[in-house]
Amino acid sequence: MLDVAAIKADFPILDSTVRGGQPLVYLDSGATSQKPRAVLDAERSYYEHTNAAVHRGAHALAEAATDAYEAARSVIAGFVGARPDALVFTKNATESLNLVAYACSNATALAREDAGAIDPRLVLGPGDSIVITEMEHHANLVPWQEVCRKTGATLRWLPLTDEGRLDLSGLDTLIDDSTKVVSVVHQSNILGTINPVRRIMDRAHEVGAIGVVDACQSVPHMPVDVHELGADLVAWSGHKMLGPTGIGCLWGTPDILAAMPPFLTGGSMIEMVTMERSTFAPAPQKFEAGTPMVAQAVGLAAGVRYLEALGMSAVAEHEHALATYTLDALAALPGVRIIGPQSTIDRGSAISFVVDGLHPHDVGQVLDSRGVAVRVGHHCAWPTCRRLNVPATTRISPYIYNDTDDIDAAVAGIVAAQRFFGVA
Amino acid sequence: MDLESLYQDIILDHYKHPRGRGLLEHPLGSAFHVNPTCGDEITMQVARDADGGLELGYDGQGCSISQASASVLVELLEGGTVEHSEAVRLAFVALMHAQGAGEPDEEVLGDAIAFAGVAKFPARVKCALLAWMALQDAEIQAGLLTTGEQP
Ligand SMILES: Cc1ncc(COP(=O)(O)O)c(C=O)c1O
Repeated sequence: MLDVAAIKADFPILDSTVRGGQPLVYLDSGATSQKPRAVLDAERSYYEHTNAAVHRGAHALAEAATDAYEAARSVIAGFVGARPDALVFTKNATESLNLVAYACSNATALAREDAGAIDPRLVLGPGDSIVITEMEHHANLVPWQEVCRKTGATLRWLPLTDEGRLDLSGLDTLIDDSTKVVSVVHQSNILGTINPVRRIMDRAHEVGAIGVVDACQSVPHMPVDVHELGADLVAWSGHKMLGPTGIGCLWGTPDILAAMPPFLTGGSMIEMVTMERSTFAPAPQKFEAGTPMVAQAVGLAAGVRYLEALGMSAVAEHEHALATYTLDALAALPGVRIIGPQSTIDRGSAISFVVDGLHPHDVGQVLDSRGVAVRVGHHCAWPTCRRLNVPATTRISPYIYNDTDDIDAAVAGIVAAQRFFGVA
Repeated sequence: MDLESLYQDIILDHYKHPRGRGLLEHPLGSAFHVNPTCGDEITMQVARDADGGLELGYDGQGCSISQASASVLVELLEGGTVEHSEAVRLAFVALMHAQGAGEPDEEVLGDAIAFAGVAKFPARVKCALLAWMALQDAEIQAGLLTTGEQP
């Protein structure tokens, strides 16, 4: 296990008390992680010493700011085994996934004018299909529904088993010659399931489809090398991995990044502009219109360095130990049912559960009254809840700064909720 | 924080023993509302009883606050006039938006004053209001109410 006491000391917010003096027990890192002082300092220092508009102007600060921004890109790309010019900064994973979805719908619209200039892999129409899974976050579901509405393509999904794993028995028929895009979540934010994305991406490539991975819940929690995922595009958010809000990432192969038309257009993303038309800069600039989130990139790079110092294998081991402990503790509670894989095989540390006779909102409220912060609701995965026959769940999602005492506090809170509502 | 100020006995009682739960056979208006942040659901239905009073039916799933609120609503408003339901609804909405500083009028609100503590928890206000918003919609649908006015 990691040295949690030392790590906790690096996170000022974890010293807080809430709800009338209760020490904060933060178990909602699946939603967003807390930030270590190193990240806060990096942002502050950037604003105190380096702040200027990047990729514009030639004064000293503009150069320093541009260097800081591009150095951050290198650090963050290196963290996932990528080249810096293959990493696009966005606002968050939702924007990264929309960037890809809009590349498809924009390419489809543009191909109507000039089919020759557009990569046919991105052009969708009736008869084509997009394949996702039944455990997607809304961020990797709704954008594809919209692409289907605009292009006439059909949305398909890999179904779930009752335990909350992917049922891949129909993989080869679901992903077929009609399939143009396959977009799947690496680790489910609600179920904790880790999916065999390599196998799914390989199948996507067999039929010539573009493969996309939503790595929002994997990059912060385990070693990830984007090349090993076998995808064309990988999306994740900075704020779930110690970084500031307002920065997300999209990695892509040079080939796909060159082929995709831009999502947002305007300044900083152009090569040549006349009154009639414009040409675009190569990726990643093509996808970074307007003044970018420089301080956030610098902050995220500091977060990445913090994780690298711990070592992502150690982070994954730590979370694995916490997941084992949490699953055992919950299994021992009468009236508590885990929603998602019951074992730690191919499973992360985000653990959802329901309590008989209690709504998750009420469970969360009792935990909150004891200073324990967990997420309740459908976790932006409403269809997943429906499939598993629960209206909502309570989710414990620990991170590097949590230990078994924190899990014990959550478990004690669940028992207190059962007592308060008279269901146990 | 003391949980009792949020979960008053009246709320817990209505949650465990909901009054008037069930859908109507011939609703004049029906509205299905969800709380998109947590998935609470309520279907609220209205009709006229033999004496011209409001007949109410509902069904739903969700947390104690959302379900108890629907039960209290039905108990308070069943058999009354549309005007009365509107007056109580507006008073309830005002109470929920008072951030805990409201002075609830027990004459108007009856058991619904138990929800005064909910107003201190912004995340739960939506739960408490769900049934009341659905009622307004159902009444509009039934042609019993024409305005969608908010206080
Ligand atoms: C699996 C998954 N995908 C996508 C997202 C969307 O991330 P964001 O809200 O940062 O855009 C999240 C987190 O909310 C997530 O957990």
